[in-house]
Amino acid sequence: MSARRQTSGGRIDREQHIRFTWDGRPMQGYPGDSLASALLAANEKVLGRSFKYHRPRGVMSAGVEESGAMVTVGSGVRRDPNVKATMQELYPGLAASGQNAWPSVRFDLGAVNGLFSRFFAAGFYYKTFMGIPPFEWFSKGTGLWMKYEKIIRRAAGMGEASRLPDPDVYDHAHAFCDLLVVGSGPAGLQAALTAAQAGFEVWLVEQDCELGGELLSRADDRLERQRVELVAELEKAGVRIMTRTTVFGLYDYGTAGLLERVTDHLAKPPAYLPRQRFWTLRARHTIVASGALERGIAFGNNDLPGVMNVSAGRSYLNRYAVLGGEQIVVATNNDSAYAAAAELAGAGARVSLLDARANIDGSLLEIAGDAGVSLHTAAAPLDATGSAAISGLEVAAASASGWRSESRIACDLLLVSGGWSPVVHLASHRGVKPVWNADNACFVTPEIGEPIQVAGSAAGIWNTDACFDSGAAAGVQAVKALGGKARAKSMPAIGGWSNPILPVYEIRDPARKTKAIVDPQHDVTADDIRLAHREGFVSVEHLKRYTTLGMATDGGKVGNIIGLALMAEALGVDIPAVGTTTFRPPYTPVAIGALKGRNVGEHFRPLRRTPMHDWNLAQGATMTMAGLWHRPWYFARAGETISEAYVRETGTTRATVGLCDVTSLGKIAVQGPDATEFLNRIYSNPFAKLPIGKARYGIMLRDDGIVMDDGTTWRLSESDYFMTTTTAHAGKVMVWLEELLQTRWPDLRVHVTSVSEQWAGSAVAGPSSRAVLEACVEDPSVMGNEVFPFMGVIETTLNGGIPCRIARISFSGEMAYEAYVPADYTGAMMDLLWNEAQKHDGCLYGLEALGAMRIEKGHVTGAELDGRVSIDDAGLGKMAAENKSFIGSAMRNRPELLREDRPRLVGIKPVDRGEKFNAGAILCAADKVSGMGEGWITAVTHSPALGHWIGLGFVSGGHQAWEGTTLVAADPVRKGNIDVEVVSPHMYDPGGERMHG
Amino acid sequence: MIRINCPFCGPRDHSEFTYGGDASIVYPALDAPMDDWHDAIFLRENPCGMQSETWHHVNGCRMWLVVERDTMTHEIRSVRPAHQGNAAVMSAAGDKS
Amino acid sequence: MTRYSAWAVLKAGFSGQKNWDRQWRDPEPQKRYDVVIVGAGLHGLATAYYLAKNHGLRNIAVLEKGWLGGGNAGRNTTIVRSNYMMPGNRQFYEHSLKLWENLSHELNYNVMFSQRYHVSLFHSPAARDAAARRYNTMRLTDSDGELWDLATLKTNIPHLNYNNARFPIIGAAVQKRAGNARHDAVAWGYARGADGYGVDIIQNCEVTGVTRVDGQVTALETSRGRIEAGKVGFAVAGNTSRLWQMAGLGRLPIESHKLQAFVSEPLKPLLDHVVVFGVGGAHFYISQSDKGGMVFGGDLDWYKSYAQRGNLPIVQDVAECATSILPCLGRVRLLRHWSGVMDMSMDGSAFICKTPLDNLYLNAGWNYGGFKASPASGWYFADLIANDRPDPVIANLDLDRFRRGVIIDERGAGPDPKLHG
Repeated sequence: MSARRQTSGGRIDREQHIRFTWDGRPMQGYPGDSLASALLAANEKVLGRSFKYHRPRGVMSAGVEESGAMVTVGSGVRRDPNVKATMQELYPGLAASGQNAWPSVRFDLGAVNGLFSRFFAAGFYYKTFMGIPPFEWFSKGTGLWMKYEKIIRRAAGMGEASRLPDPDVYDHAHAFCDLLVVGSGPAGLQAALTAAQAGFEVWLVEQDCELGGELLSRADDRLERQRVELVAELEKAGVRIMTRTTVFGLYDYGTAGLLERVTDHLAKPPAYLPRQRFWTLRARHTIVASGALERGIAFGNNDLPGVMNVSAGRSYLNRYAVLGGEQIVVATNNDSAYAAAAELAGAGARVSLLDARANIDGSLLEIAGDAGVSLHTAAAPLDATGSAAISGLEVAAASASGWRSESRIACDLLLVSGGWSPVVHLASHRGVKPVWNADNACFVTPEIGEPIQVAGSAAGIWNTDACFDSGAAAGVQAVKALGGKARAKSMPAIGGWSNPILPVYEIRDPARKTKAIVDPQHDVTADDIRLAHREGFVSVEHLKRYTTLGMATDGGKVGNIIGLALMAEALGVDIPAVGTTTFRPPYTPVAIGALKGRNVGEHFRPLRRTPMHDWNLAQGATMTMAGLWHRPWYFARAGETISEAYVRETGTTRATVGLCDVTSLGKIAVQGPDATEFLNRIYSNPFAKLPIGKARYGIMLRDDGIVMDDGTTWRLSESDYFMTTTTAHAGKVMVWLEELLQTRWPDLRVHVTSVSEQWAGSAVAGPSSRAVLEACVEDPSVMGNEVFPFMGVIETTLNGGIPCRIARISFSGEMAYEAYVPADYTGAMMDLLWNEAQKHDGCLYGLEALGAMRIEKGHVTGAELDGRVSIDDAGLGKMAAENKSFIGSAMRNRPELLREDRPRLVGIKPVDRGEKFNAGAILCAADKVSGMGEGWITAVTHSPALGHWIGLGFVSGGHQAWEGTTLVAADPVRKGNIDVEVVSPHMYDPGGERMHG
Repeated sequence: MIRINCPFCGPRDHSEFTYGGDASIVYPALDAPMDDWHDAIFLRENPCGMQSETWHHVNGCRMWLVVERDTMTHEIRSVRPAHQGNAAVMSAAGDKS
Repeated sequence: MTRYSAWAVLKAGFSGQKNWDRQWRDPEPQKRYDVVIVGAGLHGLATAYYLAKNHGLRNIAVLEKGWLGGGNAGRNTTIVRSNYMMPGNRQFYEHSLKLWENLSHELNYNVMFSQRYHVSLFHSPAARDAAARRYNTMRLTDSDGELWDLATLKTNIPHLNYNNARFPIIGAAVQKRAGNARHDAVAWGYARGADGYGVDIIQNCEVTGVTRVDGQVTALETSRGRIEAGKVGFAVAGNTSRLWQMAGLGRLPIESHKLQAFVSEPLKPLLDHVVVFGVGGAHFYISQSDKGGMVFGGDLDWYKSYAQRGNLPIVQDVAECATSILPCLGRVRLLRHWSGVMDMSMDGSAFICKTPLDNLYLNAGWNYGGFKASPASGWYFADLIANDRPDPVIANLDLDRFRRGVIIDERGAGPDPKLHG
């Protein structure tokens, strides 16, 4: 009782042998084999185990609907679980193994679950596992449930994924076409050719490795010649042919997601190829010729290895030259099984054909008779028997009172056809609900209302020649829709069998207790469906979720219709009344790695580096992340720690001079006759009278009155301003300005241009800053204090003719300037400045030092301006002009925003000066170290100037409300509690004298 | 992928744009009362069906566009530059929207 | 109503599962109810349950246009946590978490709430400090929360990307009591519980009109007839504006946006915790369900939509995030992706409040975080409806808070709904 490889026929290459392993055992196959066909030929029956009961599973199909032969391919870092053996092309050295079983799929201890299957009905886990059995005692909290859960999680899942990083590379490609044809069966081939010959750009996408679809499984020379000719003509017509590529989803505007398997069929993939390619294809028109899938019938033990669908039996014979058994039973309720039965008999098997229908016409009787097939009408499978694989079948006969057990047949292969389900999934992605066609017992797609058509068996057309015609008709419609000319062809009608199908979904004899499987991966039984009905889960969505029918990796391709039919029967309604589930993309599972393309690892997000980057590194900078930027953090000299470095940098800057890369700040050119008016509207403080040649610190609010960003804007001329923003908000501010000018104030004659990339900038800070710049500019007189006062702006030239704009502004709190040059001159500027700075024993400083200085001064940054803070909260209320309206001026006066007890910006010092605290600590009243607290710490530093830890933060009412009181900085997640006092945030040089030099 | 016919750049994927907001909002004058500002900032009609919204072509021309789009079917009925002046110029030149 | 237990399951096994009854009835709508809740999602069902359980009300109906639990209830990524920081949110979500901890026992329905730790990665000292503020607040308000340094994180989750990340991981903020639950079970558990108290759950009943007389709602027109109501509560996330306009009430601080969610093929245990990642403008969260599928998601699609289908750019974004923190996911296959429609509000926080109509109450604006809120949402909404005044915990979850200047904005993103995803 076994399968065998035929000595001739099939689409395999008998000249070459392919060695592979299955569960470590050496095996052999041929080019053209799938893993499933090679294993079948080797008589391997048990290839997997089901999810819940660990029932043995074998090959059930020859395609994507495979629900039984789920294996793991490869090992280690390239381990691939849940591979359908039917979709895996055989290649030399392929190593496949069983999964979801221990010790092996052929002998699995997990099968013990099956012994308790009567208790493990659908949804049983919602009714228990809450406490101690039997009555769920000690039911408090989740502790007990989580103990049960550990066991459940280990038993759950099918294959095991590797925890190692996926080493393969994937690409994301983009394309456009006039017509996308999905599927290359008769309808798809013809549709593609029709449109291509009309001059349109056509993509023909086929998930198999060869074109032809169902034609590849036929034993008909005429059809094969037709196929070969069509393919040749397609190539000649310039159709873009994509094989091994699945259209996994249809999205808005004719966009299709494609997954191309580039190297999964190769033993040694070339290093220059990606493993897979994800395509975003934009098609003006789409024809879905995705075929139909044969479904089975629910009967006793219909999931035994050796039970598969009829078209699979036919495909293995004709395409792979594997005769699946010696004693074959074919069970059907429709005409399509007859040709297959005859071919199998012709190949040398003893074939019995059970037709559930009582009356069939002469042509079918002839087919059976001529082939020597033993035909039984009004007969159907009732219960398959066998231990690990089928060895016999109990047959039922139709009687007045339903199906009754009648006889037994020995068999080693049972092929079942319960009907055909057009693949409606892609239309379903567009939100189209399929419509039940009772005559053909299947769902078909109605009008889609988008440029998408369905052709061939996907449209419920069964006859092969009619499928070719429907492809031509669809092609013609596509050509016309695309603006071409073509003679109309009529679309063939749905159907095509000479005898009507008899709707049969389950064979059940009430006198016999049988276990019929509806979803073979999740072990959902026919009784589970009836249980769902009994408990009220009668809509298709509830049915699916309660029983888990259709939620396995085959996406319900095998079991959904049967489930619907059984629920309809229980409810006493027609199938469409139960509803249809919405199919979601992807049609078949897609590797997450493929969907990400190349944006992986370091390329996940862009890296932004200033033009000073390499120069900084050459000077010994250690970089840190600031958003997408790398910025210098500190410049450690030999053996210095970060603390030593930034303390030295701060000290040096304050003593003489320091240079700091500030290029990452946003820079925006604001130009035009109305630029002044524009700035005056968007900044909270007055800008209407900013003199030419002066800069001003400005605060921008959002519409709702909360602080958005701060920066400095320089006036270069009557209508030319240079705005700077914070690094973090540069993009956001630019977008905001563009939005205001284009959507709210179109009458303002202003143009804004991002010039962040165009200018590189360095701060030059400290008492010797002027001296350094005097030596670097061509005309030192421009630096004089009268001509270049605090907040002044000049445009000048550095030595060597470098154009430069300099503002005398300070973030550090020292006397300071910011010098900007066009980015190409960065290196030259830095060499100049640094050369001079070193003559003053100056230094380079980074973000750590900058942070320490600004905290000491009480200058706010994004750590304080967190999107919830008002201008008054930040202690900058004086910057809100009284005498003008501006963005946010109305809403900032909402009552809650004006409360006295709102958290206000403060400085924080430890009571014991030797103590440390962290940003993120919560400030609490000393007698109430719990609850929401009174405030929080935003930033801390060990102050070089003061010699102890200090911080900035917010406290309700500000520091005046806590004069002389001790607060507690509570930090349970790190340090614990520290006593602190709150003071004015301006903890160093509060009068700001140093800036004015 | 929604396809937006940018009047300046032609048909583009929506991923080239950032989404703005409700284009039907008329923001009051800066000195208008708080209630007017509250309503403009916070209240939305949020229809299921055709509505108008702004998109910003950040990876293209950086122009703000007003798009009429159905929030259920995602069908776009019209696209025009948000700035009336630009819209007028494009109309006169025979734009592609 | 049969009490669920291992004993009942055992008996059912011997009786061929014949001893189970319907988990909830399928009653014909009555002409009038004292309270009608529109929306049989998690929040609506929980509200009905607590109206009956906590407040002894009996004449209650929940109307659902489709099948109960078929909206966002069945579409979310099932994360339960209480790591909210803003006043009001903090107390609300903590109460919710405490209800979650006993929910299975309360409902006698295993909602499978697994407290498997919520691990929120951070990638810079500033992010760590911001997390510290949040988790310190949690610790000071009767909740749990801790920071893990890199070594601790590596011990707990060794297969995160520690080697070539664009934004190197430096640690994580962890809430151990947080985790996942089985979303359908929560809907069904509340439905069965409410039904057990006599609440009528009327499915396939779409509200098509709201009848008002003198500042009161008097009746709802539905696809199954006219139903009069003493009090009405709206709990229809994603469709709130449409119902609001049916009641003639104008505009709301809400926009409907869609959020996609993803599940992979089922795998043997690969990830024991909920892991969250948010940096470089990205936002991503992942966990593994008890059936073995990796459940994950990321940002909104960004544009307003009522369509429960997503587009490809977000699919790519989410795949990028997934593989950037768990590089082994490259070979794991996506099984399904779908989307739900959410009420995105102007500050990212919800509304459980009275309305301009005396007997109409609103429960809306849950953004992308409604699942974890379900028990407390039902609790407080029921309390509001029964007593006609909000509990102090939800005092600021009202529609007028923006007028007052109360901004419960966890993100600090401002009045732009799409930024609160």
